[in-house]
This record gives sequence, C-alpha cells and structure tokens, in this order.
Amino acid sequence: MIAPLALAVLAVALAWPVPLLLSRASWPARSPAAALVLWQAIAIAGGLSMIGALLTFGLAPFGPDLLTATVNLVTGEVDRIESWNALALCGAALLTAHLLLNLVLTIVRSERQRRRHEQLVRLLSSPMESGARLLDSPAPVAYCLPGALSSITVVSAGLVELLDDSEMLAVIEHEKAHVTQRHDVVLVAFRAWYASLPWFPIAFRAQREVGMLVEMLADDTARRAVPDGVLARAIVLVGAGQDRPLAEPGAAEWGGEASITEVGARLSRLGVAPLPRPAEALVVAAAVLLLAVPTVLLLSPVAAALL
Amino acid sequence: MATLGELERSIMERLWATDDTLSAYDLQEALADRKLASTTILTVLSRLENKGFVTRSRDARPHRYSAAASREEHMADLMHEVLGGASDRTAVLERFVGQVSPEEAETLRRLLGS
Repeated sequence: MIAPLALAVLAVALAWPVPLLLSRASWPARSPAAALVLWQAIAIAGGLSMIGALLTFGLAPFGPDLLTATVNLVTGEVDRIESWNALALCGAALLTAHLLLNLVLTIVRSERQRRRHEQLVRLLSSPMESGARLLDSPAPVAYCLPGALSSITVVSAGLVELLDDSEMLAVIEHEKAHVTQRHDVVLVAFRAWYASLPWFPIAFRAQREVGMLVEMLADDTARRAVPDGVLARAIVLVGAGQDRPLAEPGAAEWGGEASITEVGARLSRLGVAPLPRPAEALVVAAAVLLLAVPTVLLLSPVAAALL
Repeated sequence: MATLGELERSIMERLWATDDTLSAYDLQEALADRKLASTTILTVLSRLENKGFVTRSRDARPHRYSAAASREEHMADLMHEVLGGASDRTAVLERFVGQVSPEEAETLRRLLGS
C-alpha cells in the first residue's frame, strides 16, 4: 500500500506547493529553457501520479504490482472487489479520459482557429522581403502563426512605422524563434491542462509562467541578432508581452494589452547574467527525477516488491 | 507563376474594389497581364467560395461573384482576434496601453538612451 500513498503525496505536492514555489522563484528568468523543461516535467509527473495513485490503489487487491494485477483483473483471477477499489479504478479511468479528451479538444479548436486566421491573413497581407507578411493596419502588432507545414510571421504597417530597422529585426528574430522552436506546442499543452483543471489555482499560473518563459526564450534568440539595447527598445515601444504563437484568438502579438509585469520582467532580465551551466544541469536533472519517480512507482515490480 | 494564395488575393482585391458582381470572364480581363486560363480563375473562385470569402449568384450564366464581406470587415475581424481575445490571460493582470504615439516613442527612446 506504499505505492499508492507515495503517488498521492507526489500528486498533491505537484498540484500545489511545487508549482507555487517555482512560479515565485526568480531564477527561471535567468534560464528560461531549463525552467520550461521543469514546468513540463511537473505537469506530466503530476498527471501521472494523480492517475497512478488511483490506479495502484484500485488494483492493490489483485496483485503486488501493476502488471500482475492487471493480468489478474482481466483473466478474472480475483472475483471479488471492494467498492473503494472499484471507485478508485473508475476515477483513474475518468481522469485519464478527461485529460486526454481536453488535450484533443484544445488541439482541434486551436488548429481550426489557426487555419481560419491564416486564410484571412493570406488575403489581407502582402509578402515582404524578410519573408514576413505585411498587414495593412495602423495598430502596431507583430505575431506568428506556427503550423506543422507552413508558418507565417505577420507585422503590421503601424509597427513598421513605429520601429526603426534594427528594432524591427529584433521583433522578426523573436517571432522566428517562436516558430522554429515550436513554442505553440508547449503552449497548447499547458492551455489544455488549464482547460481540464480550471479549478486548480495553479493551472492558470502555470500557463501564464510558461507563456512568459517562451517570450524570454524568443528574446534570447533575438539578442543574438541585435544588441540588448535595441531589443529593450522594441519591447518597450510596442508595449510587448503578448506575442504568443497564435493558437487562440489574440493569444499572440506585440502590441495590444500587455502587462507591466511582463514587460518589466523581460526588460530587467537583460541586465542579469544567465544561470551557470552546473545549476542548469541540476534543474534538468530534477526534471528527469520528477518524471522517473512516478514511472518507477507505477511500473517496476522491483520497486513494488521493495515497498 | 504566382502561387495560388497570391492569386486568391488578387482576385479578392478585384472583388473588394467594386460594388458590382463580377463573372470569371470579367476577372480574367481585369487580370489580363497575368494571362490566366479561365479554368484557373474558376478554380480559385470556388476555393474562395468554400472558404466563405466569396458568394456566387447562380441566377445568370455565366455565374456572377461578389465578396462576402468588405476588406474592412475582414480586417476588423482579424485585428479583434489579434488584439482582443487574450481575456483568459489579461483578466487579472494590470493592463498596459499598447498603442504608442510617435512622440511618446521618441520620449521612450530618449529615456532608454539611444
């Protein structure tokens, strides 16, 4: 009975205190890539341990580990089951179905919106030399539409008017990074997590943090092409902060309503040195460990025997 | 040879530019410099119709086509999506005005020391 208990403790820890601590930490701004890996590990390990706790509890009467218990359940080796165990098994099945269904729904909805938006953009914009498309609108915006086959970076006439050439280069490089690093995939997964568990206070925070980290990663790519000062100007001038890769309407742009906190965080980190390599490696190791613990607790008969 | 997407755009530009309905033949003439086959134009028109950007009137032969909505309406839709919809994120965040006038931009540039 230790495996279900351990998984339940892990599930609670990953649902609240751990993400809360991470969202309050200041180091993620110094190493957005490592922090992004950790956020994904927390989300996957959290889901795995939540389902795993129910599953191992439900299957406990059927055998010492998941594999034997499942075989016994299917072959009808044990013909009696306590109602608590049955309830836990139903819970595990429902939770799994709920999470997967929300993921599929979120992806389908995002893809439909993206395609419609792309059709409109193709009709309303003209190609530029840089490969981006110019939208004939006075509002200063830039955003990208990443897709599996083709991706589009869009800038508006208002933005071209507002920024000088080097600032514009910073914006374009930033958008290109969103596309080549497929930030939309990470964002859609976290949006699905939030859609599945909207009553989790932490799911909203996680989605926001991940959105911010993705901006910082894209900023870091832009910094290779332009001096930090130019990027800072571009960020301030367009009141940026919300140029997410577009997957939901309005999820992505420079301009529009950006928050002072986001702009401030993106500016202030430009003066801070990145996290040292060993510290980054430690974060990634922690992420791997987070994924390994529930997996081992669930799958390994050895671990089950030891427990 | 222009891509299909660019062709769709030039045909929409023609339809947006007129209050009248146009036939495939009118469009072929308007885009004469591109030397397009009428079948190409009909293909592009039916693609645009499927996407809901063009409406076709079957009363007369040849069929006549018009834009389903004006360019401005489509642009407003698009900008609404881009600027507006982030409600799930912004609801609890402080708001920041994204529009900067050229004078404000100059002031900001000076403050940032460039």
